This record gives sequence, C-alpha cells and structure tokens, in this order.
Amino acid sequence: MADMRTPLSRVIGLGSAKSGAHHFWLQRVTAAANVPLALFLIASLVALSGADYLTVRAYLAHPLAVIALLALILSGVWHMRLGMQVIIEDYVIAEGLKTLSLLLNIFFSAAIGIACIYAALKIGFGS
Amino acid sequence: MVQLTLPKNSTVTEGETFKAAPDARNVKRFRVYRWSPDDTANPRIDTYEVDLDQCGPMVLDALIKIKNETDQTLTFRRSCREGICGSCAMNIDGENTLACTKGIGEVKGDVRIYPLPHMPVIKDLVPDLTNFYAQHAFIEPWLQTKSAEPEKEWRQSHADREKLDGLYECILCACCSTSCPSYWWNGDRYLGPAALLQAYRWLIDSRDEATGERLDDLEDPFRLYRCHTIMNCAKACPKGLNPAKAIAEIKKMMVERQS
Repeated sequence: MADMRTPLSRVIGLGSAKSGAHHFWLQRVTAAANVPLALFLIASLVALSGADYLTVRAYLAHPLAVIALLALILSGVWHMRLGMQVIIEDYVIAEGLKTLSLLLNIFFSAAIGIACIYAALKIGFGS
Repeated sequence: MVQLTLPKNSTVTEGETFKAAPDARNVKRFRVYRWSPDDTANPRIDTYEVDLDQCGPMVLDALIKIKNETDQTLTFRRSCREGICGSCAMNIDGENTLACTKGIGEVKGDVRIYPLPHMPVIKDLVPDLTNFYAQHAFIEPWLQTKSAEPEKEWRQSHADREKLDGLYECILCACCSTSCPSYWWNGDRYLGPAALLQAYRWLIDSRDEATGERLDDLEDPFRLYRCHTIMNCAKACPKGLNPAKAIAEIKKMMVERQS
C-alpha cells in the first residue's frame, strides 16, 4: 500500500478480461462428459480384471471401445488442463512464475493427451 | 506462491493476563488478539477474565466491559450493538461473526477473539477494509437507467421486488469475504462474496438498465471466477444470506447471455 494509487484504481487494475464464461462452460461440459466416460472406464476395468494381455488388447481394439477411449482422453485431458489452470491461478501469485506454470500446464496436458491418443489409435488400428 | 505461514514479525506471542475480582463466581476467559502500530512488538494474545454475572450476554458486551473497566487500550469497532451496522465483525471462536449477536454462552471454553482473517490490521481487532469498500464501490451499487426519468418513482412489480430478498439485507460487515480462501489468496483481484452479492442485487433488479455493462465488468477469471463454491461465505454470514448462491446466479447469467 506504499504507492499513491487510489483504492478504486487498484480494484480496477487492468480492467475486465471479458472472458471466463467460456472457460467455466467448458469445464462443466467436460465434467458432464466425464461422468459416462468414467463409468465406461470403470466398467471396462472391472470386466477386464484378471484378463490376459491379448483379451484386453482385443477388447480395446473394438471400434466402439476406441471411440469411447478417445472421447475419454479428449474430455479428461481438457478437463484436467482447465482445472490445473484454475489451481495455478489461485495459488501462484508471482506473474513470471504464473505464466511459466500456465505454459507448462498446456504442454504437459498436450503431451499426455497426444501420447494417450497415439496408444489408443495404435491398438485400434491393430499395429 | 501464496503465503501460508506468518512472517516472523507477525508470530503471535503470549501477552498479559488480567484476573477477575477474587469474589467473582462466574468467570469466563477472553483471549484477545492485540497488536499496536505504535511499537515494534509482535502481536500477542492477552487474557481477560470477565465475571459473567456482571456482564451482558453478548461477546460485544464483554469487550465493552473489558475496555471500560479493565484495559482502555483494547481497540475494536462497534456501533449499533444489534447486528445492523456490521462494525463489530471479528473472528470469534474460529468463525467470522458479529460480536454483538454472538452469545458468550455459545462458546465452549475460552472465548478466542481475533480480527477478521487475512486483512491488514490497523490495531488490535480493527482490520483495514479500504480494499473491501473499494470493491463495493467498484460494482456501482446504485440504480442505473437510460430511459427518460419517470415523473414519480421507477416502478417494480411485487414479484420483481421479491427477487431482492436475501440480497438487500447485506450489512457489509465483511465476514463472508474474509472467510473466503479465494479472497485470502487473490483479494486484490477477486471481488469477493460481499461485493459480488451486491453486484447480483443490482443485476437482478428489474429497474436497472445497466445489466449488460455490469456483466461485462464482472466477466473476468479473477473478479468473478475465483469463486469455487467453497461456501465459507454462506456459513459465515451473520445475517443468514447466501453469497455463494448469488455468485452462482451471476455465473448462470454469463452463460445465459452467450447461448
């Protein structure tokens, strides 16, 4: 509080970003999508418990399983990226570190998502 | 990162104990946060023994009794002593509330009294609410219209007036905002539950014609969307209001106008 700005000027700051609703909406959309997709994952894990490698692979190679897996990966990773962004914005206050963390969050989520998609497609196309 | 521990010069130490009169039978101990800007000492907890047989029923009664009879240096805000001015908001027994409406009997054991959390302290139980008031001013808490002024008053149906119930009663005591972790970490950019409840009070007012501009000013990852529905605000509000619900309604309006 050492500077001579007015309290209102501090509250106004850099003004409204005029965004946030889209982020909020996407977080809800992916959350809603994750409910049936996570149920699919849990049901699959339960059904496949104790199964051997070839059985699991054959199950995951079914077109419907591949489609569901891809949907789960996209929705889950997108939801994760949005959620981690919120946590970083909450707790990392220093501007430089915050920007770096947000950047790493995007790269990390992209890397996880691409790797998962590659694995699902590889099994799906049977190569 | 956010600061989770107190800096060295804010570590709280044990202070003095002020004993009750030897013939006092119904003694309650009040452990009160003390800090003065006039010296370099760390904050301390002073203990005041109060004879409840000689004291009113509320925590504010005890504080006033302590100030009048035991320690005139004890500093706190108070005015109406009936829960309508919001002056005596403080942290009592671990919860933000009004000292004037908190019964001493509601507290088991010692009554621990601190200033509202995570605000700069001016002295003892008096927090600096400059930023809090500026945030309230920022949401422009007054009727804004573009239509030609009516000859008499701006009219409103009974149904529309009822929408303001649960909103207009806010006394700006700051119990909610200072109980909110999001406000603790980002209080400089997040407007906080009190200001947002007031923002919603004007957004939902059928007479107001600045709804779009108000929503534009609020649509911001920090100003509005730092609210993660933690609900401390609703739990803390001594008037029984629900700022979290008001904020959720604003978020719904944001989505509604886009789809």
